[in-house]
Amino acid sequence: MGDLFTAITEWLRSILLGAGVPAAAVPWIFAVARAFLLGISGLLLVILLIWFERKAVARMQDRIGPNRVGPYGLLQTVADMLKLTIKEDLIPPHGDRLLFQLAPILAVMGVVGLWAVIPIASTAYGVDLNVGVLFLVAAGTFGTLGILMAGWSSDNKFALLGAFRTVAQLVSYEVPMVLALLVPVALAGTMSLGGIVAAQGGMWFAVSAPLAALAFLVASLAEVARAPFELLEAESEIVAGFHVEYSGIRFGMFFAAEFLHAFTIGALLAVLFLGGWQGPGAARYPTLGAVYFLIKTFLSYFLLVWARATLPRIRIDQMLNFCWTVLTPMMLALVCAVVLLNRALMDYPLWLRTGVLLGANGLVALSTLVLLGRRVRRARRAVGAA
Amino acid sequence: MTPDRALFLVLAVTGLGLAVASVALRNLVRSAFALIGCLFVVAAFYAMLDASLLAAAQVVVYIGAIATLIVLVVMLTRRELQDRSPQTHRYWPLAAALGAVAFVGIAWGLSQYVFFNMTPSVLPAGDTVAQLGAALVDPERFLVPFEAVSVLLLSALVGAALVAGGAKEK
Repeated sequence: MGDLFTAITEWLRSILLGAGVPAAAVPWIFAVARAFLLGISGLLLVILLIWFERKAVARMQDRIGPNRVGPYGLLQTVADMLKLTIKEDLIPPHGDRLLFQLAPILAVMGVVGLWAVIPIASTAYGVDLNVGVLFLVAAGTFGTLGILMAGWSSDNKFALLGAFRTVAQLVSYEVPMVLALLVPVALAGTMSLGGIVAAQGGMWFAVSAPLAALAFLVASLAEVARAPFELLEAESEIVAGFHVEYSGIRFGMFFAAEFLHAFTIGALLAVLFLGGWQGPGAARYPTLGAVYFLIKTFLSYFLLVWARATLPRIRIDQMLNFCWTVLTPMMLALVCAVVLLNRALMDYPLWLRTGVLLGANGLVALSTLVLLGRRVRRARRAVGAA
Repeated sequence: MTPDRALFLVLAVTGLGLAVASVALRNLVRSAFALIGCLFVVAAFYAMLDASLLAAAQVVVYIGAIATLIVLVVMLTRRELQDRSPQTHRYWPLAAALGAVAFVGIAWGLSQYVFFNMTPSVLPAGDTVAQLGAALVDPERFLVPFEAVSVLLLSALVGAALVAGGAKEK
């Protein structure tokens, strides 16, 4: 039971070899099987996530939430999904048919692809790339392309406006996000996600660099385009943004991609900053590590749901201003500080290094707040004088 | 035929098809997306050659940044660009002949190089990304070009900020 994943792999391997499959083909079969398993379980998870999110948001807003279909409304999403699949699949007559049909596939691909490199336990992962972190950024671009494609091929001005907002938002917030990703990479000395988790055996990076974790959370909230950053689909301004023309299963694909993306951000937060599968006994029993990973992921995901339930939507100028004049300079300063200090204190004990890094984080946060406060006061005075 | 070779052939045919599509299609947005597909196939080639960093960088830089910019600009153009005017002019056979001559010449010239018939050298053991990183900051190897490129990019960044900032209001 200690290592469920290796046990299952070995058992399947013996079955395959026993059935006369050539030994050279076995790794290929396993690679395909892993890809299918990760993709399908990710998409099935969405059913649970949507239920959880509706329930959690409802409770925070003093409502009950879905409670009619199945126990605690658990089957509500299944019913919704069935309804979506049997709805008519409309394609705008003057749009671009091919791109219109391709766009939702790309959107789902960009999210499911992320799961290929996320280490669920020390022995359970799709693939441990040595450029894992870069892969995360690369896979994310497909989602952006899908949204652009959807916006243009719909032949609808609101859809196109939504797509343009997407580019402004996703491309700008990619900068602080990549800077935030640089911090765990610098601390661990590797870009492989497995290596980053392994490097957090002594201390989680959320302790050595809490500011980077926070910036990553904010930037990824903008990347998934959820409240308070859901400007690309602001109902009151641009109807529903890029997916206004979509119906039926294609709309469902965008929807599923968004929910899975939020959960994936939770998983990434867990892997990059909360130690992934690390925990007492996890090194000896990888099955336990998967449990730790899922708990951490759900807690991080809960943060995202919480933000969605409680924060109002911000304006586009506020959003871009925040990205370029607050988040990016702050992260630049933080990356410099973390890299230099971590290198200088390489030979000192871990507790000292963590303490100094924590202090540097606090200092950067404090100076950001002081500078921000001065700027806000100046702006207020200007308004008062006018 | 090994699986690697089969994969290479499939990718090569797809890549060439997308490359032709990106210049031959009348619909500008579609040709932009064909270009993206073509760039992605190139990234797949890098991945097949064990150059994982190059593959990831290709996707991030070309597809994530440059292609997104191209698509955005193309979307802002008028749709009448996909009009019915002919895609060739009357000198096209001459251009085709010149292109063919250039292709044959380059192909012949390349085939004279030794690297065409070389067996690939074995990759050094260990993490290639870490080795590349060490090489980039090694003064004996690539530190100077690396820093020169940094200065160039920084000046481009400052220039872009200056242009985007516009003239100061008086």
